[in-house]
Amino acid sequence: MPKSAYHPAKTSPIVRSRAAFNIRLWSVRHSRGLEWVYKLLAKFFLKLHPFWNLVGYKRAEKPVVFVEKAVKSLLFDCRMCGQCALSDTGMSCPMNCPKSLRNGPCGGVRANGSCEVEPDMPCVWVEAWKGSQNMKGGSAIMKVQEPVNHSYRGSSSWLRVTAEEAARNNGTKI
Amino acid sequence: MTQVKHDFGDSAPLPPVAGHASRGRLERVLRAGEFAVTAELNPPDSADPNEVFERGAIFDGWVDGINATDGSGANCHMSSVSICALLTRVGYSPIMQISCRDHNRIAIQGNVLGAAAMGVNNILCLTGDGVQAGDQPGAKPVFDLDCMSLLRTVRQMRDEGRFLSGRKITAPPQVFLGAAINPFAPPYDFRPQRLAKKIEAGAQFVQSQYCFDILMLERYMEQVRDMGLDEKCFILVGVGPLASARAAKWIRSNVPGIHIPDAVIDRLEGAEDQKLEGKNICIEMLQQIREMPGISGAHVMAYRQEELVADIVHESGILKGRQPWKREAAPGFETVSDALETAREQFDNAIKPQDLVAAVSEEQ
Repeated sequence: MPKSAYHPAKTSPIVRSRAAFNIRLWSVRHSRGLEWVYKLLAKFFLKLHPFWNLVGYKRAEKPVVFVEKAVKSLLFDCRMCGQCALSDTGMSCPMNCPKSLRNGPCGGVRANGSCEVEPDMPCVWVEAWKGSQNMKGGSAIMKVQEPVNHSYRGSSSWLRVTAEEAARNNGTKI
Repeated sequence: MTQVKHDFGDSAPLPPVAGHASRGRLERVLRAGEFAVTAELNPPDSADPNEVFERGAIFDGWVDGINATDGSGANCHMSSVSICALLTRVGYSPIMQISCRDHNRIAIQGNVLGAAAMGVNNILCLTGDGVQAGDQPGAKPVFDLDCMSLLRTVRQMRDEGRFLSGRKITAPPQVFLGAAINPFAPPYDFRPQRLAKKIEAGAQFVQSQYCFDILMLERYMEQVRDMGLDEKCFILVGVGPLASARAAKWIRSNVPGIHIPDAVIDRLEGAEDQKLEGKNICIEMLQQIREMPGISGAHVMAYRQEELVADIVHESGILKGRQPWKREAAPGFETVSDALETAREQFDNAIKPQDLVAAVSEEQ
């Protein structure tokens, strides 16, 4: 980091090794492929809608959360906000932003593309912009995201999206 | 129900104008196509209201709006709502900044209503610096909303008259909505897109971070003009004088999001009077910004050098003779009692108007 770059005084910012972000960065680099996988998975989950209904979305929650958490934590450092925006944000999880910005980078991004708060972390939104450039539906990054509903924390985003999509198809409310 | 009308005096809102979101001066100046000037008030670390009045009076007659910062740089100062409350009392037109760092959505919506009730016509929606930048890095960062969802929330309150929850507001806040831009931080290609997003979320004017790199601004503005964004939103570019080369270096490494090119620092270092040179750089920036197409105004941030703002605005000539609103001096108690005393003494003496005119012309 150049000497002139921004570094907060009198604080000891959290230091994490760059290697901690390797997998996350890999996911962003492969955003196109992951987008394809996500679309396939979403279709599969929607097909299973009668099954989810039979079992009950609530009961399915626990095992699905177990799998979803494992997969997304590994690939994206998922924080289980319950309202996944990965497909809109270039496969870079916006909840990893220390300011939890869901709509774009703040003005504090360092000249080398690192985070203002955590100098060793590449800015989530610089990555998101790169990732979205590779994706077919990359323009979704322009969508204004709703404020996070904190009561959804820890629940399955996959099931929620499926239920909502199914309800939309049936023209009924959930 | 009878409505109790309160006499606001100096701080009475202007009559509504069709097509305007607010009843404030800033929106009128901008919509009239004038080059607007705003300045930032350095919030006091004090409970004395006179400090706010004094700091506001410095800008008298030179600016169209005064930004009341909300814990800028994550440092604790008097809150923006209370500064606005004080400024509106005496008729100034504040721009209330709301940062998402310190309040959650419940507090923010309450503050918006309260501010509008006190006569605040302009609200600037910010994300806010991280707590690590300030004097209390151990504080809990809230960041419940982000600037975009904040813009949307306030717009919903104004246009639909509903809280985020959908509950009805009886008298919606009439505010002119602003946001911040920083063309000087990566990802550079995304920055104009982000402005588009902010406009979509409700931004009607934007104020930028300090500009010390006119070429970078020009590149940004080219993209903005190509996308036609300058027609959908008023762009005010931030400028400010640097006190010295040392201060500039300090700012560069301690304040997030400020880009100062080496050329500027070299120029400051080479100057005999660094403070004067800093002011000159600022004036040159302003003059170039004034001529750049698509820019509607300037935001002068002279942190701890507020007394320079009037000078800078005057010397740069950006107002081109226009004089922003100025607080008329209210007659003091003594002046009024003196006048009364004189009147009482002269009560029985009949004065011929001719004599009075003659006396006055003799004096001259």
